[in-house]
Amino acid sequence: MLETAFFNLFAGLSIFAGLGVVLSRNTMHAVMFLIFCFFNAAGLFFLLDAEFLGIILILIYVGAVMVLFMFAIMMLEVNVSKMREGFQQYLPIGGMIAVILMIEFVAASTTGVFTEGAKATAEHFAQDVNNTKEIGKVLYTKYLLGFEIAAIILLVALVGAIVLTIRGRKDAKYQNVSKQVNVRREDRVRKVSM
Amino acid sequence: MSGLDMAIQGGIWALEILAIAVPVALSVAYITYCERRVIGFMQARKGCNRVGPAGLLQPLADGLKLVLKETIIPAQANKLLFIGAPLLSLMPALVAFAVVPFGETSLFGVWETPHIMAISNLNVGLLYVMAIASLSVYGVLMAGWASNSKYPIMGSIRSTCQMISYEIAMGFGLVTVMMLAGSLNLADIVHAQAGGILHWYMIPLFPMLLVFFISGCAETGRTPFDLTETEELVAGYYTEYSGMWFATFSLAEYGAMILISLLTSILFLGGWYAPIAALDFIPGTIWLLGKSALLIFVFIWFRATFPRYRYDQMMRLGWKIFLPWTFGWIFVIGIFIYTPGLDSIIDFWLAWR
Repeated sequence: MLETAFFNLFAGLSIFAGLGVVLSRNTMHAVMFLIFCFFNAAGLFFLLDAEFLGIILILIYVGAVMVLFMFAIMMLEVNVSKMREGFQQYLPIGGMIAVILMIEFVAASTTGVFTEGAKATAEHFAQDVNNTKEIGKVLYTKYLLGFEIAAIILLVALVGAIVLTIRGRKDAKYQNVSKQVNVRREDRVRKVSM
Repeated sequence: MSGLDMAIQGGIWALEILAIAVPVALSVAYITYCERRVIGFMQARKGCNRVGPAGLLQPLADGLKLVLKETIIPAQANKLLFIGAPLLSLMPALVAFAVVPFGETSLFGVWETPHIMAISNLNVGLLYVMAIASLSVYGVLMAGWASNSKYPIMGSIRSTCQMISYEIAMGFGLVTVMMLAGSLNLADIVHAQAGGILHWYMIPLFPMLLVFFISGCAETGRTPFDLTETEELVAGYYTEYSGMWFATFSLAEYGAMILISLLTSILFLGGWYAPIAALDFIPGTIWLLGKSALLIFVFIWFRATFPRYRYDQMMRLGWKIFLPWTFGWIFVIGIFIYTPGLDSIIDFWLAWR
């Protein structure tokens, strides 16, 4: 009962937050709603005993990705009237997508997946089953190749981003810290006989 | 579960939360007092000694003053986020305390097995703390953006860069702790350090202790790294804040400082264990709080002695020194664990083999 209550709370709040992302005028508010939505999704993970995934969702998405998002949005100049210019133009295609999605959702919900008996009621693990350990066991054995490929893709993206943005500026003055630290008295002080 | 059971459970949770939050708020108040007295002592002056005996009522007077002051909200500010930002920075500092184990107790022999004194003894406690700590960035960013003024936004961008940079070094430093303890549960990490001062992780992981503590200093924006609130930027991201909302920011800062001290003692200094067996008669919680108090003193000591970093120096320290250092130490520990011959050395600290 408590679990159902919490499920309804998290699910309801995440839908509310999702609506907030789409409907809020202020982009900054939209980002805050998205963060709130991630939190509730993490809560859903916790209810499914997947505490590692839930925490990682907060750590990576809320703690890192959304900060970057926010940086980008803070630098944007949002002009609401200009944004609304193309509203008429995009209305048909946007409406079409919305209708298709609506039909899909209705069709999915009427197939009986969400009826009372068919709800996912997984058995809870015992307290001593460690989610993190179990994920690690499969990730580094069975799915090692995929894991390594993902790691290499990320590494390439990282190096690529640095290569694209680095500029070796000749006019800027850089300090060589080890040189500064290694300075001895004799290098700087000169005795002048008067 | 009946309604009454749920109500009782809810009441217990509320009491547990109060039992952590109230002492934290009180110790924040008295750390500010302690800070002023200690820095006064280090600079050969008195510090606050007028309000009450030895100035002990000073924090209360300060709190009262801040609450009574007028809250000024700039006309062009985004009101909602302007008010929300201090709360957003206070919330993570307090929520992270939920998993901190303050010791073990059998309630004077009532329970057969000792229980961990934490609101939640989470299996992924260490990750939880990292995840919650990474949220404090939002308070800073929001404060800068919502103020709609140039100095706060400069300050908040600086501060955010600083926090993100040091979070990475901090996280990688903790990987070595996980490698030795084989667990993310904070209580298990403390249990892995049982058996005297030689078993504490500060011995095999001494460089990581330094990285973690100094990064913690940078995360909370304490003195060698307080360039977010330097004079050149007026007062950084909280330039526009006054009265109670300003106080909320400092409450968050000091709360985070307590948290970092507690975590350092739990992860590296043996948590609630005494350094030698002869001192076991002192309760574990006192040991943990004592170690944390020592570290808080070190924070204050830093503030009294070190000059401030320049921005580029701070970035250099985080990215070019700490990060390679932590990577190197992960590598060293890994080699020690899996090389025959060397593993007999590391087995002394290894909890999971």
